[in-house]
Amino acid sequence: MEVHVRIPAPLKKLTGERDVIHAQGKTVGEVLRWLTETYPGLKERLRDERGEMRRFISIYVNDEDIRFIQNLETPLKEGDQISIIPAIAGGSLES
Amino acid sequence: MKIGTLKTIKAFKDWFIIKARNEGSEISVEETHQLLQEKEPVVLLDIREKDEIVLGYIKGAAFLPQGLLNVKMEELLPDKNVPVVVYCAGGIRSLAAAKLMKEKGYAHVFSMAKGIDGWQKAGYEVVSDSELTPDQLHRYSRHLMLKEVGMEGQLRLLKAKVLLVGAGGLGCPAGLYLAASGVGTIGIIDSDRVDLTNLQRQILHGLADVGRPKTESAKEAIHRINPDVKVVTYQERLTSQNVIEIFRQYDIVVDGSDNFPTKYLVNDASFFTGKPYVYGGVFQFEGQASVFFPKERGPCLRCLFPEPPPPGLVPS
Repeated sequence: MEVHVRIPAPLKKLTGERDVIHAQGKTVGEVLRWLTETYPGLKERLRDERGEMRRFISIYVNDEDIRFIQNLETPLKEGDQISIIPAIAGGSLES
Repeated sequence: MKIGTLKTIKAFKDWFIIKARNEGSEISVEETHQLLQEKEPVVLLDIREKDEIVLGYIKGAAFLPQGLLNVKMEELLPDKNVPVVVYCAGGIRSLAAAKLMKEKGYAHVFSMAKGIDGWQKAGYEVVSDSELTPDQLHRYSRHLMLKEVGMEGQLRLLKAKVLLVGAGGLGCPAGLYLAASGVGTIGIIDSDRVDLTNLQRQILHGLADVGRPKTESAKEAIHRINPDVKVVTYQERLTSQNVIEIFRQYDIVVDGSDNFPTKYLVNDASFFTGKPYVYGGVFQFEGQASVFFPKERGPCLRCLFPEPPPPGLVPS
C-alpha cells in the first residue's frame, strides 16, 4: 500500500532533500520502519536510544495525531498522507 | 453578476450623477459652510449609516439613514419649505436622496458635493461622540468599517497589552502589525543587540541600529508607525526568575523566541498565569503557528510536543 510521507525541512538533509516520499506499509509503524531502513539517518532523529518515538516529534495521519488514534498501530489506506512534525524553535537560523 | 451588467449599472450611475448635477441641486462644501453660518434656518441632513456616523459628523446635523428616507422624511421634516442640505460620505448617495426629497415636494433641497470627505478636506470641523480622538478615528477608519472590528473592537485593541518575547524574525513583523493596528501597550523583551545579519528579516531594525539593543530600535520603529503605542522594554533574558512577574502585566504573550528552553518557559509561564500563548516557529521555509490557551480548555505546547529536544539534536 502506498502512502505519502511529508518530510519536514529539518530532516530533509537525511532524505536527499526530498520533502515527500512515497512509502510502503499497512500501519504507521511499518511505514516508519520502511523509511528508517531506506534512509538510515532518520532513525536516530525519530527514535531514542530505547527505540521509543521521540517526544518532540508528532506524527499525523492526514489531520490526526496518531497518539489519538492507534499510535504506531494506526492502519493506513492507499494514498494517506503521513506528516512528521518536529518541534521547531524559530525566528532565527543561527547556531 | 456578469461584467456586462456591471457596466450597464455603472453607465446608469454616471448618467444619473450628470443629470442630477445638471438639475442644479448640488452645492459645494464652502457654500454649505456659508449657509450654516447665516442665521437662516437650514436643515443639515446626514443620510449615512450608523457605522459611518460614529467616525464623525457635521455639528448640528440631523440623522436619517438613506434606507429610511422614503418612509421617515416627512415625519422628521414636516416643513417642506425649509432649505435642506443632504450629505453623505462622498456626495453620491446624497444626490439620489435630494432627488427623492424633491419628488416628495421639498422646495429647496441640495446635495452637498464631495460629502463629508470633501468637508473634512476643506478643513471644516467634524465632531464625534466617540471615545476615540479625531486623529484616531481617522487613523483607524479602515478598521472601524469592518464589522469584525468596528468601534468596540478598536477600543479593545487600544486597551490591550501584548508582550513580545523576542524582537527577531518573528517578533518584528508581529510588533509592526500590532502597533499599526492600535494595540495600546506592547512589551518587548530581548537581551540581544542588532547584528548586520539580522536585517534581512528583522524588519524593525535598520542599518543605523547595528550594535544597539534590539529593544531600543524596536521601540523607535514602533513609534515611527504609531506614536500612541506605549512600548515597555525589557533589555534582559526571560528567565524563570522574571517570567511570572512580567507575564502578569499582559493580556497575551506572543512568542518569537528562537530556542527551546525559552519556548517551554513561555509555555509553562503562560499556563500558570492563564495567558493565551501565541506560538510560532520557523525553520528555513517551513513554519508553525498556533495559539495555546489552556485556561479556555485548550491544549498547551507540551500536549503537542511533550518535551523539548535535548540540546544539539535538532538545529534551531
